[in-house]
Amino acid sequence: MCDSCGCGDTQLVPLEVQQRILSDNDRTAAHNRHHFSERALLAINVMGSPGAGKTAILEATATALEGRRLIGALAGDLATENDANRLKAAGIRATSITTGSACHLDAGMVHHALHHGPWSDLDYLFIENVGNLVCPAVYDLGQAANVVVLAVTEGEDKPLKYPVMFRKADLVLISKVDLLPHLPDISIDRIVASLQQVMPEPDYIAVSARTGQGITQWVRWLNEQEARVAPAHYNDTTGRAHV
Amino acid sequence: MHEYSIVQSLYDAVMVNAGGRGAGTVQEVRVRIGELSGVDVGLLDTAWRTFRVRTPCEAADMFVEVVPASWECPACRCAAPRTGIRRCRTCGGPLHLAQGDEILLDQIVMEVP
Repeated sequence: MCDSCGCGDTQLVPLEVQQRILSDNDRTAAHNRHHFSERALLAINVMGSPGAGKTAILEATATALEGRRLIGALAGDLATENDANRLKAAGIRATSITTGSACHLDAGMVHHALHHGPWSDLDYLFIENVGNLVCPAVYDLGQAANVVVLAVTEGEDKPLKYPVMFRKADLVLISKVDLLPHLPDISIDRIVASLQQVMPEPDYIAVSARTGQGITQWVRWLNEQEARVAPAHYNDTTGRAHV
Repeated sequence: MHEYSIVQSLYDAVMVNAGGRGAGTVQEVRVRIGELSGVDVGLLDTAWRTFRVRTPCEAADMFVEVVPASWECPACRCAAPRTGIRRCRTCGGPLHLAQGDEILLDQIVMEVP
């Protein structure tokens, strides 16, 4: 620094940025979405609490589809490959994403997993997120739709406690409804009333992976979503998407 | 605790922007966080204080503008109450979240030669 005129002094300069902090994740998610769209692959981000029944519903989905759709799954968990192994046993082409201490999946993890397994011939890809009702809602993965699994045992006010997650749901699967006879204080109507306070257009299906209740309706919902990824190229004769 | 992951992205964004202007150090970081963004402001600040140590952002405090959630009807253009069923009281249509889900880096203040 010069003592005479101050030349060489640093100065404080403000810089307007106005940028989404997760813009890198958003770019990777857009890249994933582009790949899914190119292959007419329906990618579903399946979220919910630990133990809500996400894996069981995917097992029941594979059974109900009876091979009419080729389905794959990326199973996010902090540890173990238990969910991926269960899904494989159900006939789903499953890969584990072991996150270590991370409480959510991000678009980069999904992209990395896709590079390590065959997926381009799939019709449906279920991205089973880490069991958590907070963090996964923040990250776009490139999915066509968000599905949140909410077990009747979790309490009727769960949507009010976790509004960010439920606001982003395209569909809520109210699971384990076979337990309702044992839960006299829980009503589906009150769960739906909670959903209506956080979701402008609440769409829900009451399901039981154990009895199969609602699974046909859920599969129909999935079939309807195929239009989201390949509206102009879907072949109704074969029931298989192609481009 | 995804706030640490968000701070990693925030730090990267700050350094790209500051580095592009030849900044030596960063003195302030200003962010905007929506009430319904899923980000806890207290945890975000803790994560930032942990992350900035021994980086060009070490002296940079983070200032957070919290954006309250507000809903409106896209058809009627009328504002809606913050709580209750998320349908328009006038026309019955679905409400739209007008603001409150932001996770934005607004401004940095940096020291340049």
